Amino acid sequence: MSAVEDIASQAPAVDAVPKRAMTLSSGTTFVVVLLLLVVPLFVKNFIIFQMTMLLIYGLAVLALNILTGGSGQFSLGQSAFYAVGAYTSAILMEQYNVNYALTLPVAGVICFGFGFLFGQPALRLSGVYLALATFALATAMPQILKLGFFEEWTGGVQGLVVTKPDAPFGLPMSQDMWLYYFTLAITIAIYVFSVNLLRSRSGRAFMAIRDNEIAASAMGIDVATYKTLAFGVSAGITGVAGGLGAIAVQFVAPDSYTIVLAISLFLGMVVGGVGWLPGSFVGAAFIIFVPNIAEGISKGLSGAVFGVLLFLVIFLVPHGSRQVAMVAQQLLGKLRKN
Amino acid sequence: MELFTNQVLAGIATGAIYACMALAVVMIYQAIDHLNFAQGEMAMFSTFISWQLMQWGLPYWVAFVVTLAFSFAGGIVIERVLFKPLTKAPILTQVAGFIALFSIINSCAGLIWDFTIKQYPTPFGSSPFLGSQLISTHQAGMIGITLLLLIGLYFFFQYTRVGLAMRAAAALPESARLVGINTSWMIALGWGMAAAIGSIAGMLIAPVVFLEPNMMGGVLIYGFAAAVLGGLTSPFGAVLGGFLVGIFENLAGTYIPHVGNEMKLPIALALIISVLVIKPAGLFGRNIVKRV
Repeated sequence: MSAVEDIASQAPAVDAVPKRAMTLSSGTTFVVVLLLLVVPLFVKNFIIFQMTMLLIYGLAVLALNILTGGSGQFSLGQSAFYAVGAYTSAILMEQYNVNYALTLPVAGVICFGFGFLFGQPALRLSGVYLALATFALATAMPQILKLGFFEEWTGGVQGLVVTKPDAPFGLPMSQDMWLYYFTLAITIAIYVFSVNLLRSRSGRAFMAIRDNEIAASAMGIDVATYKTLAFGVSAGITGVAGGLGAIAVQFVAPDSYTIVLAISLFLGMVVGGVGWLPGSFVGAAFIIFVPNIAEGISKGLSGAVFGVLLFLVIFLVPHGSRQVAMVAQQLLGKLRKN
Repeated sequence: MELFTNQVLAGIATGAIYACMALAVVMIYQAIDHLNFAQGEMAMFSTFISWQLMQWGLPYWVAFVVTLAFSFAGGIVIERVLFKPLTKAPILTQVAGFIALFSIINSCAGLIWDFTIKQYPTPFGSSPFLGSQLISTHQAGMIGITLLLLIGLYFFFQYTRVGLAMRAAAALPESARLVGINTSWMIALGWGMAAAIGSIAGMLIAPVVFLEPNMMGGVLIYGFAAAVLGGLTSPFGAVLGGFLVGIFENLAGTYIPHVGNEMKLPIALALIISVLVIKPAGLFGRNIVKRV
């Protein structure tokens, strides 16, 4: 086995998704947004908090979906970007008294840079190598955060406590409700941005790379730039989600951002349907509620339940919730005709 | 100087474990072109099995052999039931499968044996080896068993029909099938052997890192680092990579300031990334050319 050159014919990373199938129809979107606006007015604070977390994890899954569903690269290391975003917000708020809303763009920009830099070496890696590098990143992240060197800022093993912001302008809202609407506004903005990004010239370049990298580069697409760009955008959005998460949970600590979080986000994407942006939020609901139910049955069971469900999904509904939604739509159509 | 020698020898001893993990990773990579992210958890589960057998009163070496057989069978069953149906699936689906397996095994081990840290016996004892202060008997035993395993594998792949068939199936599946090799079963066999090799690594490292469901997390990353350093397509490279990573880790921990125990995983990460950037095929790997 000297320098024998071998021809690798690999299966594509992700099944191709038609461009139009990436979003919901306008009617459905309207209903969903209306529900998201109205429901919190009638439920308890704890449920509002869970809805906030759903949006936050939804953003993180959406970010991964842009990377994987868009450009066909995958990452098992999103927890690292999430952690960087969370720590950026927490440190700015607690150590430098920066307004919470201003910390989010900073978290986004720092994570964009971090992701872009990580994307540079990752460029040379495809498929399993990229999964490996990001897996190692996610495993190493809690250790990096615990380093004595950064302790002055990060609070070391103990982490940092974050103050929850009050509603501004004297609005008669609980902190939870204000944070929910604040998160919702950011989520909608990022969602619209993502949809447009994927429909833009850059988005088409991502998809060309996803479907066939070599053909894309032969057509004149600058594969290196677009791949690192996808990584940067994905990391940036994950960073914003991380910052929001830190504010919502009011606490950051190294052990909140382990490989388990990375696996959850990956799972959320697979369950939601790779390349189907609304599915990100279905996946987020899955990764928030399933562990609660599983832990209710037996402590420590959630990992096993996660794994078994993941196998069921990849065997039975490989396109995740998108497939379920399509089947449901067809059934509805039939019912209407009868 | 004595500190240096000491650290190098200790590095070789832990390197032996990384070599085993890397070897297990490369075995599966050769067979199906994928990294098994659940390799560490499979090894951890096997180690728990051997621990349980010893709790039931079996002597160490009996438990060792029974565990090897169990792991071998377990690896084959996992391949047949879970991964054979996914052969033609996109890469993403296969990675999802490995992640799911990782999650299931980790969680099940926690459910069965809980997350408390357990002592694990060593068959060699922990006294200094042959009266020298440089290395303990257990470390010497770790190196010895790894070398035995390597020699065994070398003879298996070089001089037996099955070994030859496995190499053929990994190198050129189409042609291997044409000459009548059942490539599908060769893959299953690769899984079984990888699981068994991984379980050896688990049982040898358990006295050092103690037994608990997350014990293999770091070891697996080092195994990956070793496999990448040596080249994912070369079993020999993986083993050498394992020893190099072990030595490197110990020396970095001793001589570079601020690098203590807590820096171990970041070192592995840095190592993986730098190898992938500088020489993606690793020291002994083949270059792979793609075409449309």
